[in-house]
Amino acid sequence: MTIPTTLRRVLPQLVALFVILALNTAIAPGFLDIAYANGRLYGSLIDILNRGAPVALLAIGMTLVIATKGIDLSVGAVMAICGAVAAALITNDHSLAVTLVATIGIGILCGLWNGALVAFLGIQPIIATLILMVAGRGIAQLVTEGVILTFNDPGLIFVGTGSVFGIPFPVILWIVIGIAASLLFRTTALGLLVEAIGINRRASMLAGIGTGALLMAVYAASGFCAAVAGIVAAADIRGADANNAGLWLELDAILAVVVGGNSLMGGRFSIAGSLIGAMIIQSVNTGILLAGFPPEFNLVIKAAIIVVILVVQSPASHTLFAFFRHRPRSEPAAASEPGKEAAQ
Amino acid sequence: MTSSRLFPLATTLLIFILAYALCYAQFPNILSTRVIGNLLTDNAFLGIAAVGMTFVILSGGIDLSIGSVIAFTGVFLAVAMGDGGMPPLFAIPLLLVITTLFGAAMGAMIHYLAMPPFIVTLAGMFFARGVAFLISTASVPINVDLYDTLQGLYFRMPGGGRLSFIGMAMLAVFVVGIVIAHFTSFGRNVYAIGGNRQSAELMGVPIARTTILIYALSSFLAGLAGIAFSLYTSAGYSLAAVGVELDAIAAVVIGGTLLTGGFGYVAGTFLGILIMGLIQTYIVFDGTLSSWWTKIVIGLLLFSFIALQRGLVWLSSRRNDAAAAASA
Repeated sequence: MTIPTTLRRVLPQLVALFVILALNTAIAPGFLDIAYANGRLYGSLIDILNRGAPVALLAIGMTLVIATKGIDLSVGAVMAICGAVAAALITNDHSLAVTLVATIGIGILCGLWNGALVAFLGIQPIIATLILMVAGRGIAQLVTEGVILTFNDPGLIFVGTGSVFGIPFPVILWIVIGIAASLLFRTTALGLLVEAIGINRRASMLAGIGTGALLMAVYAASGFCAAVAGIVAAADIRGADANNAGLWLELDAILAVVVGGNSLMGGRFSIAGSLIGAMIIQSVNTGILLAGFPPEFNLVIKAAIIVVILVVQSPASHTLFAFFRHRPRSEPAAASEPGKEAAQ
Repeated sequence: MTSSRLFPLATTLLIFILAYALCYAQFPNILSTRVIGNLLTDNAFLGIAAVGMTFVILSGGIDLSIGSVIAFTGVFLAVAMGDGGMPPLFAIPLLLVITTLFGAAMGAMIHYLAMPPFIVTLAGMFFARGVAFLISTASVPINVDLYDTLQGLYFRMPGGGRLSFIGMAMLAVFVVGIVIAHFTSFGRNVYAIGGNRQSAELMGVPIARTTILIYALSSFLAGLAGIAFSLYTSAGYSLAAVGVELDAIAAVVIGGTLLTGGFGYVAGTFLGILIMGLIQTYIVFDGTLSSWWTKIVIGLLLFSFIALQRGLVWLSSRRNDAAAAASA
């Protein structure tokens, strides 16, 4: 019973993704071709999975944060910090294990800072994470001392460009972390508790949920995802660019979550939906390039997507939708449930 | 009550005076009118945009689109007056109409779709920057006589400092902003909506009209800021002014405006702009500090002001609780 519900939940996203991929195939006939060469799969589809990895990783953490009615604007800056830390450690001859553990630790620390501001100082999430968004790139610059730190460690580079069984490693990373997060939050009560906070934080606190600790954990999860995305982005270009790493990716991650059918008002979430959302965004980007449009169209099209989703999600259109749906009174109420769920 | 209302503004003023005194102790020249003139000129476009942001934040909203609107303005003017051959006196009003309508459209979406301002203005941010990209991806120089005239206009202050045209424009926008915020019914409506939207509605404040006007005003001022920016750089570039919205938000918050809305002063934003400009000036004077310290110090200031505001809100709510308990 659970699997059909999950599928039904992400059905609109899957349809949208399918339509975009079909459009891409119509534009570029070789779009679906996948070749195997040099121990790695090649093709536009693999490219979409690979190029979309940072946004997909960020979207996992962002989904959880948005489910608590929060938002994390700092993920792009945290990516820059973590990329800088990883590059600085590896060039100072620390082992790969130390580098990865320390970098991910820094990411989690950044998340805990955001979480503490939201949970214990009661600052609105937009503002609390804005602080790190503004200061984060400065911190990253301090770590890299203002230059693009390059590195040649094969282990670290593998995280961004390596492949396992022909599949690029970043793809494996986001799929594994996505599945792990889904299992963690959906097979336990954690997901329910996170949704409870999003619906009514005060009521959940009164009901005995440890809202403070849970909010900290959710922002820490977002920091963790940003750290992994930061390592992938740095390893991809074999260097840490404090100015440009993860620039505007927080907005793409939020967009992925929203495209994935999650409400910004919090209270319900689907990690699978967000991941499909990230892939939709990447497919649109690739499609624009394949169609020969200049990449400048990206932003206008993203804006159009947001507007369409806003109109669909808005309470006003829900009222309108429900009005037309319930017009024929004879229709049993239960029959209209799936459609309503899909619309949300 | 009045004293606690003025407290954040007084803190900002005190920090500014202290910071200036510290800078003065180290570099006496920082008090010269030349430095002050440059401080006003360099931050003119940010200041103009921050006035609009103050109104948006006072109403409890946020506007992420202003940086993009500034970039769009520059590119539009450069292309319209360059390749388009439009006379400046036609292109500039046309531009201001476009940006105002753009803001009004965002305000209408925020109100009628009942969506968070954050995501609507995010779409606006993508859209304005995207249109700027579509017009031109290159940095387009502006060569018109009007610009040369305006750039040459300045008021010579005692001590040799120059108060440039855009510096004066910023001061004028701040004065007008203060008048609108405190002496018009629109200003009162903005405060009312920011204080409590529901009670404002029950009191008969026209929510729809005011919301649309707030975002229209913000985009109009972003357009003006874009003109000031193009006067400052003599060019239009679609990648310019990235992240200006964050600087503007920071200036508003450092100026003592409450981010939840309903409380703050346009004059505070002016102090916020001056503090941010002072940090940059100090870094230039020092010469050894890297410019990214600006971001870190601004982040620290943001944090301390938000923490200060939370403390004040907490104190006043405790006082209200105590008063309620006493009267019960």
